[in-house]
Amino acid sequence: MSQPSSESSLRPRSGDASDDVERGDVLSMRGISKRFPGVQALRDGRLELQRGEVHALLGENGAGKSTLIKILAGAQPPDEGEIRLDGAVRRFHSPLEAKQAGIAIIYQEFNLIPALRVFENIFLGRDRAALGWLRTGDERRAARELMGRLGVSIDVDRRCDSLRVAEQQLVEIAKALADRARIIVMDEPTASLSEREVQTLFQIIREMRGQGVSIVYVSHRLDEVYAICDRATVMRDGAHILTRRIGELPREKLITAMVGRPLDAEFPPRDGAAGDVLLDVRGLERRGVVGPVSLRLRRGEILALTGLVGAGRTEFVRLLFGADRATGGELHLAGRRIFPNDPRAAIRAGVCLLTEDRKQQGLLLGRSVQENFALPSVASWSSGGWLDLRREPAAFRSRREELRIAVSGPEQPAGLLSGGNQQKLVLAKWVERDAQVFVFDEPTRGVDVGARLEIYQLMRSLTRAGKGVLMVSSELPEVLGMSDRILVMRGGRVVGEVDDVARARQEDLLALAVGGVESR
Amino acid sequence: MNNAVRRLPSGVGMLGVLGLLCAYFSWATWGSGALGPAAAAESLVAQWRGAAIEGGAIAIAGRGAGEDAFAQAIEAAAAAANLNIAVVRGEPREVRRRLEELATGAAPPRGLLASSEAAAWPLLREISTEIPAFGAVRLFAPTTSYGSAFLKPENLRNVLNQIVVIAITAVGMTLVIIAAGIDLSVGSLIALAAVFAAWLIERNGGTGAGVVVQVACSAIAIAACGGVGLFSGLMITRFRIPPFIATLAMMQIASGLAYIIAKGQALYQIPDSYTWLGRGSAIALIPNAVLLMIGVYAVGHVLMTRSVLGRYIFAVGGNAEAARLSGVPVRRVVVSVYVISGLTAGLGGVVLASQLRSGAPTYGTMYELYAIAAVVVGGTSLSGGDGNVLNTLIGALIIAVIQNGMNLTGVESYTQKIVLGAVILGAVLIDMLRRHGLRSLSGSA
Repeated sequence: MSQPSSESSLRPRSGDASDDVERGDVLSMRGISKRFPGVQALRDGRLELQRGEVHALLGENGAGKSTLIKILAGAQPPDEGEIRLDGAVRRFHSPLEAKQAGIAIIYQEFNLIPALRVFENIFLGRDRAALGWLRTGDERRAARELMGRLGVSIDVDRRCDSLRVAEQQLVEIAKALADRARIIVMDEPTASLSEREVQTLFQIIREMRGQGVSIVYVSHRLDEVYAICDRATVMRDGAHILTRRIGELPREKLITAMVGRPLDAEFPPRDGAAGDVLLDVRGLERRGVVGPVSLRLRRGEILALTGLVGAGRTEFVRLLFGADRATGGELHLAGRRIFPNDPRAAIRAGVCLLTEDRKQQGLLLGRSVQENFALPSVASWSSGGWLDLRREPAAFRSRREELRIAVSGPEQPAGLLSGGNQQKLVLAKWVERDAQVFVFDEPTRGVDVGARLEIYQLMRSLTRAGKGVLMVSSELPEVLGMSDRILVMRGGRVVGEVDDVARARQEDLLALAVGGVESR
Repeated sequence: MNNAVRRLPSGVGMLGVLGLLCAYFSWATWGSGALGPAAAAESLVAQWRGAAIEGGAIAIAGRGAGEDAFAQAIEAAAAAANLNIAVVRGEPREVRRRLEELATGAAPPRGLLASSEAAAWPLLREISTEIPAFGAVRLFAPTTSYGSAFLKPENLRNVLNQIVVIAITAVGMTLVIIAAGIDLSVGSLIALAAVFAAWLIERNGGTGAGVVVQVACSAIAIAACGGVGLFSGLMITRFRIPPFIATLAMMQIASGLAYIIAKGQALYQIPDSYTWLGRGSAIALIPNAVLLMIGVYAVGHVLMTRSVLGRYIFAVGGNAEAARLSGVPVRRVVVSVYVISGLTAGLGGVVLASQLRSGAPTYGTMYELYAIAAVVVGGTSLSGGDGNVLNTLIGALIIAVIQNGMNLTGVESYTQKIVLGAVILGAVLIDMLRRHGLRSLSGSA
């Protein structure tokens, strides 16, 4: 196995024809179809990728993006269709074959082995060995070189479980480069990155593009698509809708293509004035992790909590909910002191948390939607420890209509719902429990553009009913579009407050989040 | 067909497998066979009476447990019918000597009633030449039965009696596994309960202990096993010791306790009435232990489908963190499944002590693995969050029927182990197929 020389390590493996086809299609997928039991995931998948371009692949959840990528990755065979690489028809029977052809996929869930060190992960499966013994010195040196090319300083001897998410992503990219990939697919690469880390990533993407690598960029965040991509392909219902240069594709047209109908507005209108103080947080902290944080949430108000990833927002709301123990501070709900030492106590007091990660923390994916819905309430409905088997379906039916949750029936497993419907289901749980304070951690993560408006409308209906909503969000357009007031966190503390949301600009929030100007 | 497989509720498939197994073994054991000892005795006494011969008869039996039962049954039947039948037992040589004495005695017997075993001896088959003095004696041998050895009521009762202890223990195990745990201590707890109950009875009256004492001692032993479960549960929840390790440690500790209490011996000083639970049958020939087992399963099923605790157990097994964030008292739920598992294992131990009228620290060896096998064959997922108590009963019955059927058809015990292992693998594969379709078997998720 040859060691990539320092010059070539960022350069893609060149195919036989690539010199002739300087700006030609490096990849062409046409007429791809794929059927799974009970669902036609793809009808007419199409993707044409030029050398050295960043190509956005857009569409709502269920549009067929993931299936198309899995087929490209060799993880699934297509039923029909043709894949050409540098003009030659190829068929990948396994992920390994695709990898050898120069295709790398960076999934949202990274494929790093937590207990292995950075360089070991980078060379995993392609270990440099002599007579069965690893040549760790070589690997270390090569890994350091790659990191240098990426312009990042990650110690290649660190274990991957000690890395921050952004760093793990960089390791994934380094891994792709070490494979001399010429097509890199990035699935929601910025989902867990802060603004600054996003900028770093964009820098790296541009550099790779300059080296002739083609990048397929899958994202729900349209701002980023406009910032980094050259062309975009939109898919809907398993079929190709259009492929255009991004400059010729105005935002409304793009959304219409994705959703299949024009969207009236991205955010519902604000209404009503905030009432009296509902939740009063005084100096809440968990020593060494977050705080002390003080804030007041009023009835009928959406209070946004923003900041960079790692600013302590999620850690803070977990304290509010008792998911982690606070080491100091006081909480008052509607004038009464509450002690959320664990989630049960918080729920009893009227505080609920809609976690960022619904699949891991919000729902029991294998259990039915009705069971998920009833879980926080079954104990209060029960008599003598026995379930109330009449009240449960009745309550579910009415909330399901109220929140317009699309399910095939009460027995459908929660894992089969779309992101938007999962979020609605979690919300229904807490509405049924009559919570007063709703804490949303990244309310629209993994939710389609089309379904987002519905979630936003539900948040508004909560405030109309006199509830308080605390919204943690990294997406600045969402923060500016939805909130009545904004708090910015940095380093575990609140460092700024914006009362006049209508006149706030993304740059101001970013400046607060990054540091420099302190307005408090 | 993929979808059709998936739509089936798991219980139907399991019942089908059980039915097929029963049908197969009924067919494979079809034919004529010897009657069981009790039935043989009854048939002989009836034949002797029917022959209406004046004078006495001699019943002949060899050595061994079956022959013991035969001898007892003959005596009981003769007494009931008020007939003069004496029993002669021993090796053919001893029997010949005794018979020669009797033949030349004052009142020589007019009939010989041979057990199935004895009827095959050359001594009796050729009785008129072997002992000429018996030239005129009538020899009666038990008639042979015709039908399936597997389907005989005694055999079916036997199947149930053999599985009862494991099946009861498996109820608690099902709850633990649905909660995404495992309990390796149950085998040792069976021994601990049996020994502890026997030890308590010995201290409180021994063979003369009254019913109340026996019940109280058994209850204390069961509660002690619940206490061990409580301890395991606390270790798992408070100190985050993985269930496998915590219960592996308790398996050793409980076994050690059982040996210490019993001083390494079996404890026998128990009244005969203690076998009421394990050997008796109060209602229509159904063994009491089987009734108890059915009761435990009914309670377990209702608990899992109708109670808040049951709902919480499914939630904790499905995703403990999501459950906690939904307000489920996760620690309390986890502790309670280990307590329940300890209690059912303790109950299983008491049933075993009652079946064997003794308590010994060697009881229950490997039973934890049979209990786990019953749960898994019943389709409960080892990754937790999904499962069904009643299916565990079917799983336990499948294992029992396979073992019994192989015994009847003369499969070696070594081969039986291989078959049992294959059955466990097969059950899990079928379950995967049902859950995830054919794709799950090809290895790519």
